[in-house]
Amino acid sequence: MSDKSMAAYWKANLRLLAICLVIWFIVSYGFGILLVGPLNSISIAGYPLGFWFAQQGSIYTFVALIFFYAWRMNKLDREFGVQED
Amino acid sequence: MTNLEIWTYLVVGITFALYIGIAIWARAGTTGEFYVAGGGVHPVLNGMATGADWMSAASFISMAGLIAFNGYGASVFLMGWTGGYVLLALLLAPYLRKFGKFTVPEFIGDRYYSNTARIVAVACLIIASITYVIGQMKGVGVAFSRFLETDYDTGLYIGMGIVFVYAVMGGMKGITYTQVAQYVVLIFAYTVPAVFISLQLTGHVFPQTGLGATMSGDSTYLLEKLDQVLVEIGFTQYTTTVMGSDLNMFAYTLSLMIGTAGLPHVIVRFFTVPRVRDARQSAGWALVFIAILYTTAPAVGAMAIYNLVKTMQPGDQVGVTESYLAYEERPEWFKKWENTGLLEFEDKNNDGRITYYNDKNPEFAAEMEAKGFAGNEMVKIDRDIMVLANPEIAKLPNWVVALVVAGGLAAALSTAAGLLLAIASAISHDLLKGVFMPNISEKNELMASRVSMAFAIVVAGFLGLNPPGFAAGTVALAFGLAASSLFPALMLGIFYKRMNNTGAIAGMSAGIGVTMLYVFQHKGIFFIPGTDFLGGMEPNWFLGISPNAFGVVGAIVNFAVAIIVAKVTVEPPEHIQHLVEDIRVPKGAGVATGH
Repeated sequence: MSDKSMAAYWKANLRLLAICLVIWFIVSYGFGILLVGPLNSISIAGYPLGFWFAQQGSIYTFVALIFFYAWRMNKLDREFGVQED
Repeated sequence: MTNLEIWTYLVVGITFALYIGIAIWARAGTTGEFYVAGGGVHPVLNGMATGADWMSAASFISMAGLIAFNGYGASVFLMGWTGGYVLLALLLAPYLRKFGKFTVPEFIGDRYYSNTARIVAVACLIIASITYVIGQMKGVGVAFSRFLETDYDTGLYIGMGIVFVYAVMGGMKGITYTQVAQYVVLIFAYTVPAVFISLQLTGHVFPQTGLGATMSGDSTYLLEKLDQVLVEIGFTQYTTTVMGSDLNMFAYTLSLMIGTAGLPHVIVRFFTVPRVRDARQSAGWALVFIAILYTTAPAVGAMAIYNLVKTMQPGDQVGVTESYLAYEERPEWFKKWENTGLLEFEDKNNDGRITYYNDKNPEFAAEMEAKGFAGNEMVKIDRDIMVLANPEIAKLPNWVVALVVAGGLAAALSTAAGLLLAIASAISHDLLKGVFMPNISEKNELMASRVSMAFAIVVAGFLGLNPPGFAAGTVALAFGLAASSLFPALMLGIFYKRMNNTGAIAGMSAGIGVTMLYVFQHKGIFFIPGTDFLGGMEPNWFLGISPNAFGVVGAIVNFAVAIIVAKVTVEPPEHIQHLVEDIRVPKGAGVATGH
């Protein structure tokens, strides 16, 4: 693989990483800790929303994030022809 | 023997026989099989094994109790111990799998072309893993002694014997497949009582939705009711109780996440899958299997504390004698757990009734005193009771209780085995083959790894029998070390091509130094009581960050020092820069090898 496409592949990976980590940060540190007070004034069924993010929602999001990243990276590997045979 | 004992022996016996059977089937014949199970583990199975590897006696037995007594504040554990997998899956696992070697210190040694770096990594690994394994050994002894009425030591010997058989014989291969079985046992044991209790309280099959539902036969929500019940007896609201300042919760969560991602016994599980893309996916599966327990635990905690308070205070009116349970009429499980010392009652006002409230709340304590109460009478409620007594509190049949015992043992044994393997491979592969005897034959290395494993089991057993007084304090150190030394070194090794040996070693030393200094100054030098020169109390904490939450500060120091030092020293040799480029692309990953 050429240096140029290698650099492009890595850049695309870093971009994807940044997006995923921003979401990771928002659902846990954002919704679960920093904004928990205001969010708790909204209730989903019997769950105050901030509390739900801290004890349930963030965990579900983490799971989804990992699969999303794996799926996008596998696609990226094929686009750049660096997938395993 | 009572009916319960028969059930317990039966269920525990069957699960142990299963583990031994798997061990005989999955013997390791090569170092590749011993260290990384031959590299052919299916990603979903590896996810399950990682779940069991990760979820320890603490997750299984203690976490729900932590949640029950800390409410919202305990979210730091829930988010911290799951969010770390995002970091692991995105920042470390695929690249380390591509690197394709056997151990974590091996990557650090190769990437930083330095045996010093490798030895520092081995030291961190061993300290972090040993402190962790003591807790598992204690868990095994406690589970046996409380349920099977054997003494603690016998229970621990049985546990050591079982681990010895399958870990020494099967290495990573044996451990992987027993961990899969142990995951099934532990998750079944955890969710069955939770489902029954959720059905009883809310009519919901899934505890995850039950926690947000209305109480059976009532239109009040469970969480609302719980907030109300706890506030009435002088505590703060369940859903808003915090753990220190926002900054402390923030730092605590981040330390646990980084620490989780940096723990070698977890990382090494991702060396066992065939391809880079399997490593990415397998981390997702691991978190799925972990999330089943971690999203159930908040419901277990909330429902257990509700049941417990309502048992002691069946009436609705707080401060009225008739509302409280007469001690003579206490249920059977209450008596049983009193015998073990996990529950302790003291009739302070001699009314023969169990009065539980928060007497640390001065206003409320004064109010209760005016009504003739002399303080909280439940002088001890061990938090482990929330899981151990849960099936009995909910009046579930004996086989469910037996299952919980087997589940607790599975959680402790699976984590212990993973940790022992990490220790054994660090000794035989990194120290012996890597540094001191590079020419050792594969056959001798395999023998050496079995001997180190046996040795590690004996040391762990000894420490379990004679738990050092500082065992509890060292947990902070295990996560702190992983967060402040290994995680930054691994991440920089992948993402910062310019990082060199001097920078990495300086960074690791600075990170460890700062973390240790902080933990020691508040918890005593090597945890010796009385040497905590700054005191353990909150006002002395740096920005209000508790010692357990300090790993992240150590990590930041590590990153900063490493980058600055690397910038002013020579860049790494060309072949190392090529190595970094190579691990960044999946193509060309073979099965993990030792050379």
